[in-house]
Amino acid sequence: MPDTTAEAAGWTGRSLPRVEDAALLTGRGRYIDDLGTPPGTLHAAILRSGHGHARIESIDTSKARALPGVAAVLTGAEIQAMTASLVVGVRAPVECWPIATDRLRYMGEPVAVVVAVDRYVAEDALDLIELRVTPLPPVLDPLAALAAEAPVLHEGLGGNLASDRRFRYGDPEAAFAAAPHRIGIAIAYPRNACTPIETYGVLAQYDAAESGYDILANFQGPFSIHAVIARALKVPGNRLRLRTPPDSGGSFGVKQGVFPYMVLMAAAARATGRPVKWVEDRLEHLAASSCATNRVTRLEAAVEADGRVTALDWDQVEDCGAHLRAPEPATLYRMHGNMTGAYAIRHVALRNRVVLTNKAPTGLNRGFGGPQVYFALERLMQRIAVTLGLDPLAVIRRNLVPAEAFPYRTATGALLDSGDYATAMERALREGGHDALLRRREAARAAGKHYGIGYAAVVEPSVSNMGYISTVLTPAERRRAGPKNGAQATATVSADPLGGITVQVASVPQGQGHRTVLAQVVADALGLRPQDVRVVTELDTARDAWSIASGNYASRFAPAVAGAAQIAATRLRDKLARIAATQMNLPAGALEFAEGKIRARGNPENALPFARVASASHWAPGTLPEGLEHGIRETAFWTPPELTAPNEADEVNSSLCHGFIFDFCGVEIDPETLAIRVDRYVTMHDCGRILHPGMVEGQVSGGFAHALGAALYEEHRYAGDGSLETGTFADYLVPTPTEMPELVILHHETPSPFTPLGAKGVGEGNCMSTPACIGNAVADALGLADVTLPVTPSRLAAHLLPAEAPPAGRAARPAAKPGERGLFGEGMAEVAAPPEKLWAILFDPETLRAIVPGAHSVERVSDTHFRAEVTLGVGPVKGRYTVALELLDPEPPRAVTLRGTAEGALGGGGGEGHVTLEPLPDGGTRIAYRYEAAVGGKVAAIGGRLLDGAARVVIGQFFAALARHAAGGAAPARRGFRAWLRRLLGWRA
Amino acid sequence: MPLLPAGRRHRVAFILNGVAVEADCEPRALLSDVLRHSLAATGTHVGCEHGVCGACTVQIDGVPARACLTLAVQVEGAALRTVEGLGTPDRLSILQQCFREEHGLQCGFCTPGILMSLDALLRENPSPSEQDLKENLSGHLCRCTGYAPILRAARRAAERLKDAEHA
Repeated sequence: MPDTTAEAAGWTGRSLPRVEDAALLTGRGRYIDDLGTPPGTLHAAILRSGHGHARIESIDTSKARALPGVAAVLTGAEIQAMTASLVVGVRAPVECWPIATDRLRYMGEPVAVVVAVDRYVAEDALDLIELRVTPLPPVLDPLAALAAEAPVLHEGLGGNLASDRRFRYGDPEAAFAAAPHRIGIAIAYPRNACTPIETYGVLAQYDAAESGYDILANFQGPFSIHAVIARALKVPGNRLRLRTPPDSGGSFGVKQGVFPYMVLMAAAARATGRPVKWVEDRLEHLAASSCATNRVTRLEAAVEADGRVTALDWDQVEDCGAHLRAPEPATLYRMHGNMTGAYAIRHVALRNRVVLTNKAPTGLNRGFGGPQVYFALERLMQRIAVTLGLDPLAVIRRNLVPAEAFPYRTATGALLDSGDYATAMERALREGGHDALLRRREAARAAGKHYGIGYAAVVEPSVSNMGYISTVLTPAERRRAGPKNGAQATATVSADPLGGITVQVASVPQGQGHRTVLAQVVADALGLRPQDVRVVTELDTARDAWSIASGNYASRFAPAVAGAAQIAATRLRDKLARIAATQMNLPAGALEFAEGKIRARGNPENALPFARVASASHWAPGTLPEGLEHGIRETAFWTPPELTAPNEADEVNSSLCHGFIFDFCGVEIDPETLAIRVDRYVTMHDCGRILHPGMVEGQVSGGFAHALGAALYEEHRYAGDGSLETGTFADYLVPTPTEMPELVILHHETPSPFTPLGAKGVGEGNCMSTPACIGNAVADALGLADVTLPVTPSRLAAHLLPAEAPPAGRAARPAAKPGERGLFGEGMAEVAAPPEKLWAILFDPETLRAIVPGAHSVERVSDTHFRAEVTLGVGPVKGRYTVALELLDPEPPRAVTLRGTAEGALGGGGGEGHVTLEPLPDGGTRIAYRYEAAVGGKVAAIGGRLLDGAARVVIGQFFAALARHAAGGAAPARRGFRAWLRRLLGWRA
Repeated sequence: MPLLPAGRRHRVAFILNGVAVEADCEPRALLSDVLRHSLAATGTHVGCEHGVCGACTVQIDGVPARACLTLAVQVEGAALRTVEGLGTPDRLSILQQCFREEHGLQCGFCTPGILMSLDALLRENPSPSEQDLKENLSGHLCRCTGYAPILRAARRAAERLKDAEHA
């Protein structure tokens, strides 16, 4: 074997500047929306559901189609005619369409696709589509969805339960019976998502002559989805060419979820005969792209007196939203081999249920299943310590998998590859300043502050076994379907006629810097400099080597793809060594690759330029050694043998590698405001061999930021009517630099024996450990048994502060239903006109049209019913609404109750108000009003936090106009609205 | 500003990175769209179209502004600077160089806006405190880096720019 251990070996493991950066820093990146489009490309916009649950009565697209510039408007019926349902991952009579067909099942669900000459015209046409629906009661809570009386989303399932499996490993019943303590915890893990700053983008083309599709999308994999798309488009796999752009603006799992839109845009391209491009906007992204599952977990442990856990009993109810979209329910099974975390627990009982609710479908998201599992497991370990009066560290130490046990087979089937958890933990405590943190807590508490310390120990799986998801099937179902397992990684290394080296991989990076690391790894194998190696990462399924496991997920780059590149480069090197050996008349084993040369080991003067040997197969194949066809191109496929299919006992090695993380942190909570501040955070990682320290730090720091958001800020919130309340980055709060604490990152490397380079994944671990660690610190600070994420001051207030008293002189607000976007208000106005005159004005449609802000028309339908068309703006959304108003219990001229609803393209609402008119001694009237309303749809999603203020402004404007009108002053139509707009914009009228 | 009828295209002329440019657009066209799709200055990225994420930040007459909240017709006669005007791949500005050295970016999508804000800040305030930097960057969302490397790059750039001035 040639030797490469000379000085040139050693690029790998160094923090070289990234080859990606020069372009990205100068605005020369090539993201999907930066690439040129073919002539005649049309642009799509999508009409989406403003309801959580509703039946479609009719969709009239005629006005939209008639708009100049519109090429097509496609509804569910047209899409269904061209495509098949997306494949669903469980054995159940249920379909999954990328667009609503008969019912709207979540807010943001596509209803129609408009294709037009540009995006502006396409969006204009959306406003012209007339959609009539009948709202249905939604179900949002996963446990409520299981109730017999719950509204059913998919009739074919007969309920909302899509899967129910029980597992048993060891003898959990005996362990629980024998243990002196049974300690449990109940968790409701919220929905969140890592929200890449670049949204989804698709450019689809249809080739009628070949009956094939060509789709460019910022998809991240896994490319098992290629098969799902091909089946949905009803073409063989070789008629679906899937390409990715050179750059992608982040993904974190989320861009797996672009695939339903690939189907929609492909169908639109076929329908119009033109290329169709679509770029998602942020509201679409937050409402309907993809987010992590929310999960309700009950977890109990059988515990010895010393804190040793002998058995776990899991009951997980997974909420996948409105459709079971591929690869769900994978979130629930990704951790299946790791349900005992970092601990040697031999007995496990487990029940996994998957339910559907009226929320957006879920999918890949950084941490994928880990945050949900570890928040329960690590909160439980803290509860065990508190319950038994033990040090939490002692409970963790007592249960860790011992260093001598590796490779260690867990009760549920994972093969933990390497580690020394105890040493990593003790190093973290020592080097991370744990003693000082204990003193800090003591001092803070002595000073009357709320201060807590949290810990978390987790195993971070990476390189998913493509067969783990089949654990959702019973062993009998798996036998029928055939075994699924493994994970092919692939890389191609080729030499060009000038001896230059190009690497092509199917890793589809989303900003991680794969090109830099691959150049380092391949340069080391070939004795070159990284800048001599060109790396291409955009993928083209029609030309490149790929397989279903290709893509950028499950932290598989460093352990799997970089290793495959090394294997391919080594194969090419061995061939080049044979060629050089012939030319140099030396045995191949006597050669080394270094400094751009192939040379005799021990005699560097006897050398050939690398490029000359590498180009020889192009120019002079006749001179190659006997039996060697070429030294031009090597493609390596690598799948680890450890990734076997789930066995008859449902044991599964769900991932190849298992990193270890031990975190601890100090959290201070302000006693007055309950603001939560992470005072110190230490994270220790064992990610095996580190290939690029700068990138590993970036992965840890970035993952930690996502986790901090999940712990303290981020949640996809739904109102009781199914309206999404977090449709902007002003409502869905993600950390900014001011929220980030300093992060202390430590490493303890135990190389994986199962990967070519000894590396393990590192990008997802903090998403698993940090929410639990912060949750434990909050529990410690406040003595709480239950901590619900995200931990916000208002959540803590419910535990810690007395009920808020209403401001003096005002009545208490009625309690809002949990999660509902309620509006409440009351006020008073004095008007220089008697009640009788005001009463007449209030019931005169013509006058009302003049004084209601934004009113286009007001008509009196009956004595007690009014109908109005009104334009209102809330924050960034201005829309037209149809208002239906009913007068209840009128007592002329003193009091009336008004009940009404408003419906518009941007959403709707309903409410009730009570108005009293009290005569004043001076002949005027005091008007008092009180109202209560609920608002849903797009308005709630993106203007929610502005609603109270906007309502007050509109009502104030109404009464001002009423007063002017009653006093005989002119209040011309529209004047009120403009004045209100001016006030909103901060201008003085 | 003259009243521009909607539904009609108007000629807007301004200076983009030192070069006079013109584009025809409707009054409702966003500056971000006109820069990207009419003028091929695709370095300015669009992340939220409601002014929160900061990816589209450009400098209008030296002042950072959100291109997604600006109508293209508003920049008539103005001097615009975008990330393409900061440096070139073979001649990075000091700020860009520091981002490269500190791994201050991963996917790079938010980076152009961050560079434009920091470029303006360091011109106005050559000795920013840690708090100044954090507050300046709090108008930008980055989902990849966790911000620590961005802050390091900004600090390094501030120091190096001062050194360059004294040299």
